[in-house]
Amino acid sequence: MREIAFRDALNEALAEEMERDESVFLMGEEVANYNGAYKVSKGLLDKFGPRRVVDTPIVELGFAGIGVGAAMGGLKPVIEMMTFNFAILALDQIVNHAAKLRYMSNGQLSCPLVMRGAAGAGGSLASQHSQSLEQQYAHIPGLKVMMPATPYDAKGMLKTAIRDPDPVIFIESEVMYGMNGEVPEEEYLIEMGKGDIKREGADCTIVTWSRAVHWSLQAAEIAAEQGIDVEVIDLRTVRPFDKEIIAESVKKTNRVIVVEEAWPMASVGASVAEWIGRELFDWLDAPVGRVHQRDIPMPYAYNLEPLSLPSAEKIAEAVKKACYR
Amino acid sequence: MAQTKAKDDEASQQAAPQVEALNLELAAQVREELGDERLVAMLRDMLLLRRFEEYAGRAYQRRKIKGFCHLYIGQEAVGVGSMAALTDADKIVSHYREHGHALARGMDPNAVMAELFGKATGCTGGKGGSMHLFDAEKGFLGGWGIVGGQIALAGGVAFSQKYRDEDAACLCFLGDGAVHQGIVHETLNMASLWDLPLITIVENNRYAMGTSIERVAAVTELAKKSEPYNIVGETVDGQDIFAVYDAIKRARKRAVEEGRPTWLDVLTYRYRGHSMTDPAPYRTKEEVEEEQDLRDPIARMSNWMVSEGILTEDKVGELDDEVTQISKDAMAFADESDFPDPSVLTEDVYVEWPWDIE
Repeated sequence: MREIAFRDALNEALAEEMERDESVFLMGEEVANYNGAYKVSKGLLDKFGPRRVVDTPIVELGFAGIGVGAAMGGLKPVIEMMTFNFAILALDQIVNHAAKLRYMSNGQLSCPLVMRGAAGAGGSLASQHSQSLEQQYAHIPGLKVMMPATPYDAKGMLKTAIRDPDPVIFIESEVMYGMNGEVPEEEYLIEMGKGDIKREGADCTIVTWSRAVHWSLQAAEIAAEQGIDVEVIDLRTVRPFDKEIIAESVKKTNRVIVVEEAWPMASVGASVAEWIGRELFDWLDAPVGRVHQRDIPMPYAYNLEPLSLPSAEKIAEAVKKACYR
Repeated sequence: MAQTKAKDDEASQQAAPQVEALNLELAAQVREELGDERLVAMLRDMLLLRRFEEYAGRAYQRRKIKGFCHLYIGQEAVGVGSMAALTDADKIVSHYREHGHALARGMDPNAVMAELFGKATGCTGGKGGSMHLFDAEKGFLGGWGIVGGQIALAGGVAFSQKYRDEDAACLCFLGDGAVHQGIVHETLNMASLWDLPLITIVENNRYAMGTSIERVAAVTELAKKSEPYNIVGETVDGQDIFAVYDAIKRARKRAVEEGRPTWLDVLTYRYRGHSMTDPAPYRTKEEVEEEQDLRDPIARMSNWMVSEGILTEDKVGELDDEVTQISKDAMAFADESDFPDPSVLTEDVYVEWPWDIE
């Protein structure tokens, strides 16, 4: 099968959905003339014109709100946030407006909006540009949160997100844009809320998503050298998250580590670990392990940044601990 | 300055483009006021900013500097001209393109370069990097990375200056792209309402990353943006160091004596892309060359100074050699310095969660 980059998979998903549905349009800073800060929207202006690929001023709150209103008006906006660090500015429109639309209108209106863009740490960008903030959205009833880890998933998931009737937060790890992977030519969708087993194993389960999937797969190799057979589950959608796939795996392995790039306090990982601890208690042979970023803002110095982030070694250590080795 | 070598025969036979003259009346007035020695120091500072950044650019290409790196080359008159009009008591709040502001404020080039290298000897010990330079002693309260967000901080600093009845103002830098952010308008309203000594400089280099001002501003005369808030707004030639100096000096007087804020649309130009990874395909080579050939702020100032007999071209060369050496030394200092000790990772922040594997 052909291999394409993560950014190109997203680009294809956008192009195909815009082709398919006239009401889908893309809006954001630098998405049109500049072809996207991370080149996800490359060529879309040429293909679809300025009516459907719209450059905005640097006003995240404003254009997020325009997006919500456009959705109320019957369109399907895809709003690109150059990074989710800037999307903090748009939180009011997303949390107080978009997320409430269906509920408060008693089902009369929906908000089929996708807000997508880059997040996470990306090579010494320092505190204001290196944050994993999926928890902000996963916390809010009314929002769905998707975080792909491979080009294949990215394409199928973004197409699903665009077709979803509710606001979907679609978070792309900044360092993954150049990552290559197999993506079929023919159309496919990946179901909202469906996780994926990225590696099968019998001794210990790792539950993770986004960039941390790759650290976890490396950790599984380290653990394999020590005779521990690790299963890696990629949640793909963190709200709603796939409880079934976790339960099945934990019933098999009886041990689980939750791995996330984000901070530990009140995080998605915290919620997932809490659910496992409560619902699968009888199946566990060890406490639910966690690996996450350190509880500090990200330092710039490039010897310090990796010390703050999870790593394959740290995850492998957690696996060993869960296996009492 | 900055002539390209590869010009065709026809072009090379044409006369070299004439650098535009400064506002001569204003230049004479500032000379009278500051004296020749200060003017020489200001020219030297502009040269330092440029050479320092050229070296920073090279260090980035050699991957000695990581993350984002936004060069200030072309905008030197704004940083140096404005700092010259401030006192030690004044404060500065800046954005992510702040290397030049930091140097113009007199921050140690070694500490600035070491910060870009992420070293322990950097001005924030390696924690801030290119976008987050700080020197509290010098009143330099940060480069900030979220577009427009820093103006509220500057408003708050100005609030504290008024609160304590200080003889001081707060200077805030923002780019033309930040002008449309809501926080800018919320802050201007409060600054006017509460008579805060806030001086805002919009460094209008015409491009918000890759998007030209015409494409994002419904009103491109940015000076007008202060009108609804009853704040004095002015358009300033940002490639004329004396025009910048004069505007800031008057704004400072207004801030300190009348407690009134000022909003300046300073027209400048960046020669490089938005950041080191931006080849800037959104503007023409001709446009960039025209700016460099006709309005380079360093050439405009040094031409005038030579014509006035304040210094000779040889002396300009000597100044250039001096600051080139300072920049080289800063590179060597940064390169030889140690990275921060891992123990500083959890210093200066409340940490609740241990790193122990759970």
